[in-house]
Amino acid sequence: MHDRVALSAIPAARIEAGPQGPKPRHAFSRRNIFIYGTLIVVSLYYLLPLYVMVVTSLKGMPEIRLGNIFAPPMEITFEPWAKAWATACTGLNCDGLSRGFWNSVRITVPSVIISIVIASVNGYALANWRFKGADVFFTILIVGAFIPYQVMIYPIVIVLREIGLYGSLSGLVIVHSIFGMPILTLLFRNYFASMPEELFKAARVDGAGFWGIYFRIMLPMSLPIFVVAIILQITGIWNDFLFGVIYTRPESYPMTVQLNNIVNSMQGVKEYNVNMAATILTGLVPLFVYFVSGKLFVRGIAAGAVKG
Amino acid sequence: MNTSVSVKDLSLAFGTVSVLQDMNLDIGDGEFLVLLGPSGCGKSTLLNCIAGLIDVSSGQIFINGRNVTWEEPKDRGIGMVFQSYALYPQMTVEKNLSFGLRVAGMPKPQIAERVTRASEILQIGALLQRKPAALSGGQRQRVAIGRALVRDAEVFLFDEPLSNLDAKLRSELRVEIKRLHQKLGNTMIYVTHDQIEAMTLADRIAVMKGGVIQQLDAPQQIYNRPVNRFVAGFLGSPGMNFLEGQVEAGGDAPDFVARNVRIPLKGYGFGIKGAYTGPATLGIRPEHIGVNTGSGWPFSAAVEVEVVEPMGSDTLVWARLGGQNITMLVSSERSPRVGEMVTIGFDPMRASLFDGANGDRL
Amino acid sequence: MSTAPTGRPNRLFRNLNAKVASIPMILTAVVIFVGGTAWTVVYSFTNSRLLPRLNFVGLEQYERLWAAPRWQIAVENLLIYGILSLIFSLVIGFVLAALLDQKIRFENTFRSILLYPFALSFIVTGLVWQWILNPDFGVQNVVRSLGWESFVFDPLYNPSLVIYGILIAGLWQGTGLIMCLMLAGLRGIDEDIWKAARVDGIPMWKTYLFIVIPMMRPVFVTTLVILASGIVRVYDLVVAQTSGGPGISSEVPAKYVYDYMFLAQNLGQGFAASSMMLLTVIVIVVPWAYLEFGGRRRA
Repeated sequence: MHDRVALSAIPAARIEAGPQGPKPRHAFSRRNIFIYGTLIVVSLYYLLPLYVMVVTSLKGMPEIRLGNIFAPPMEITFEPWAKAWATACTGLNCDGLSRGFWNSVRITVPSVIISIVIASVNGYALANWRFKGADVFFTILIVGAFIPYQVMIYPIVIVLREIGLYGSLSGLVIVHSIFGMPILTLLFRNYFASMPEELFKAARVDGAGFWGIYFRIMLPMSLPIFVVAIILQITGIWNDFLFGVIYTRPESYPMTVQLNNIVNSMQGVKEYNVNMAATILTGLVPLFVYFVSGKLFVRGIAAGAVKG
Repeated sequence: MNTSVSVKDLSLAFGTVSVLQDMNLDIGDGEFLVLLGPSGCGKSTLLNCIAGLIDVSSGQIFINGRNVTWEEPKDRGIGMVFQSYALYPQMTVEKNLSFGLRVAGMPKPQIAERVTRASEILQIGALLQRKPAALSGGQRQRVAIGRALVRDAEVFLFDEPLSNLDAKLRSELRVEIKRLHQKLGNTMIYVTHDQIEAMTLADRIAVMKGGVIQQLDAPQQIYNRPVNRFVAGFLGSPGMNFLEGQVEAGGDAPDFVARNVRIPLKGYGFGIKGAYTGPATLGIRPEHIGVNTGSGWPFSAAVEVEVVEPMGSDTLVWARLGGQNITMLVSSERSPRVGEMVTIGFDPMRASLFDGANGDRL
Repeated sequence: MSTAPTGRPNRLFRNLNAKVASIPMILTAVVIFVGGTAWTVVYSFTNSRLLPRLNFVGLEQYERLWAAPRWQIAVENLLIYGILSLIFSLVIGFVLAALLDQKIRFENTFRSILLYPFALSFIVTGLVWQWILNPDFGVQNVVRSLGWESFVFDPLYNPSLVIYGILIAGLWQGTGLIMCLMLAGLRGIDEDIWKAARVDGIPMWKTYLFIVIPMMRPVFVTTLVILASGIVRVYDLVVAQTSGGPGISSEVPAKYVYDYMFLAQNLGQGFAASSMMLLTVIVIVVPWAYLEFGGRRRA
C-alpha cells in the first residue's frame, strides 16, 4: 500500500486528495483469519483418519504397542501391506485380501457395464420414445429408490434361488443392476431430455430408427454423463457391503466383506498394522476414482444423492 | 448545475484483463444519464463501481461532493434497481421495502411513512402484503424501484431494469420511469443496451465500447453528429447507411467518391482537422434520403428498387448506390415497387463522414 | 419402411424397441419393488421361521418386535443418531459451504479434502474410526501419554456413549456431500440478491439468515430427505465399527433385520422389522413428495 500513498502525492489531472483506487484490504484481516482458520482446522480433522491409516500401516507391531497413533513411523515397513494383500486369514482361507479384490473386480466390472447399458437405453426410450404407461413404471422405479433395501432382500433371495443364481457372482451382478437402475435411469433420462429435440426430429426425418439414433447421435453426444454414471457405479458397487454379504458365499465375498471379516475376526492376536493396510487397500480404488475424476465426481454424487 | 456524481480517472482490471480505462464522467444534479453500449462494453461494471459493489483498480468516485471511493454501498446515498429485480422472495412487498431500514434501526413510524410514500408514488399500495412470486413482472419491477425509493437516495442506479419484460410492458414502464424522474428530480444513472430506451429517457447518453466512453452528449446530438462509426451504427433503427469510398479534391469543396458515384461535400462541416482526402466512409440515415422528392438536393441519383420492406407507417426501400447497399425510409403511401427506377437525393450536411482507417468523424 | 403401407400396425407393436428397452425397468419396478415389498409386508403377518410360510398370526410378530429390548435399543439408537446426524450435517454442511462460497483461494483443494471421505465405504470409515477411538492406542492413549493420566475417551466401549462414537464416524464420512449440495444451492442464488442486500446495508450474517437460507428451502428439504432415507438404512457402519456392541448397545434396525433373517432364522421377525423401516421411510418421504410435487400445482 505504500506506493499508493506516494502516488497520491502527485495527483493526476482530476484526482483529488483522499481515498482513491481499491479499498485497502489486509491479507490477515479478521475475516480472512476466521475463514481460512476454520477451513484449515476442519481440513486437518478430515485428513486425520487418512493419515492415521497410512502411518499405522507402515509401522511394525512393537512400535504400535509402544507409541502414539499420530506419530510417524520410526522404521517404515511394508510387511503389513504384503501380509494384508497375500496372507491375512479370514476363516479357513489365508490368501489375504487379494481374493476379495479380484472378487470385487469380477463383481464391479460386469455390474457397471450391465447397469449402465440397461439404464442408458431405457433413459433414452423414456426421454425420446415415450409410450403409454412408461411414466407409471418410471414413477414406481423412482419411488422404489427410497424403499429400504431390507424390505426387498428376502424376496430377491427367493427369486435368485429359483433361477439358480443365489450365492453366485452373477446373482450379485443382477442385484447391483437392479438397485442401480433408479438413479441411473433418472440420470440418463434427464440428460437425454435436455438435448435439443430438433436433433432427434431431424434424425427421424433422415430415416434413422430407435437404435440408429441411439448409437449414432445420442451416444457420441453423451460421453460426460456416461463418465458420471461410471464413477457413480464403480464407487457405489465397490463400497457395497450389504448385498455382498447376503448374496455371495464366503469364497466369493467382495473386498469390503472380506476386509470386515479380517479386521473384526475374534481369533488370534490383533495386528492393527495389517488391519490398517487392508483398510487402505480396500479404499484405494474409490479414492483413486475420486481424485482422478475431480469435478465429475461431484456431479455424480450430486445426482447420486437422490439414491440416498 | 452542481455535479452529483463524479467519476475521476477510474480504471478497473481483473488480473490482466482491463475492463474500464481512465473513465471520466461528471453527472449533474438531477440529470438522467444513460450508459448505452453492447453487452460486454463495461457499462454495468461502471454502474457497479459507482454503487460500490466492485472495487476499482484506480481512480476516485465522488457522490454529492463526497469521496466515496472506499465507502460501503449502503453509505453512498444510492438506491439500485437490478435487471432480475433481486426482490427477497420469502418476504412480502412491505418487508422487501422496509428490510434495509429496519436493519439500519430506523424508528417504526418513520419506516411506515416512507413505505407509504413510496407505495403511493409507485401505486403498489394494494400489493404490500403479497409476496414477489404473486406479482407480475411489471409489478415486481415497481417494487424494486420502491426499494430504492424508500432509501431516500440522492442517486438512483438502474441496471438494465426493463430487459426482462416484454416489449409492451417495457414501453409502459419506460414512461413511468420518466415520470418518476420528473416528479422526484433525483440524479439517475441508467444502464441499457436498448437505444430506444436511451433516446427516450436520457438527458445525456454515454455510448460505451470496450471499457471506454465513445461519446457523451445529448441524445439528438449523438444521433445527428456521431463522433465515430461505432456510435453512428449503434444508434438508429433502421441503421445508418455506410458507403465506403474516397474523399477526393473537387471543385470548391472535396467530393466523396464511391466507384462511379461522386457526391459533392459542399456544406459538410468538417471537423477541426479541416478538409481531408483519402479513404473514408460516408454515413447517411435512411430517413434523411429523399425518394422522388424533386430535384432540390445537392446530390441526387437514379437507382433501381431491389427490395421493399413495409414496416407499417413507413417502408424501407433497398437499392444499390456505387455498388453498395443503401436503404431509404419512405412513407408507406408513397412506397415504390420493386424494379422501379427512383431518384434519390440527400444533403451532405446531414451526412457523417468517417475516417477510413480509425472510423473517427471527419 | 420395410412393411407395405397396409394400414396402421398393431398398437402393441408400435414403438416396440422402446418397450423392449424398458423391460428391465418394468420387471424391476413391478416384480422387485412392488412385488417384493408387498411380499415382505404380507409375510410379516406370518410365523415364518427358517422358511417363509403363509401361516398368518396377525400382529403377533409386531407385538414381539416392540417388546424386544434389542429392537427398542435399535430404535432409540436410530432416533439419537438420526436427529443429531441431521442437525450436525445440515449445520456443518451449510457453514462449510458458506465459507467455501466466500471467493476464497484454494477452494478446490478444500472441497476435495472435505469430500474425499464420501468416496470411502462405510466399512472403511467404521474401521478407521474404530482404530482412532481405540482406548488402548487411540486418542485416549495419546492424551494420557501427554500427562493427563485420568483422561477418559472410549465411546466405543461405553454402552451409553457408543452411538455418539458412531455418529462421529458417520459425520466424517457424510458432511462433505451435504456441503456440496449446499454449495450448489448457494451458487444457484442470484448474484443480484447479494448486491441488493449490500446496497440495503444488510450485514452478511443477516443476509444469510433472513434472505439466503429461506431462499434455499427446497435445497434444505431435499437434503433432509436424502439424509433421512440414508440414516434409516445405517448398517455397514455399525457392523464395521462395533458389530452392535458392546453387548447390544449399538444395535440399529437394519442390523436387527439382517440378523433375524439370516442368522437367527426367524424370518417373521425380520419381515416385521423391515416393514417398520418401510413405514418410517413412508412417514418421511410422503409429506416431502406431497410438498415437492403436489405443491407445484398451486403455483
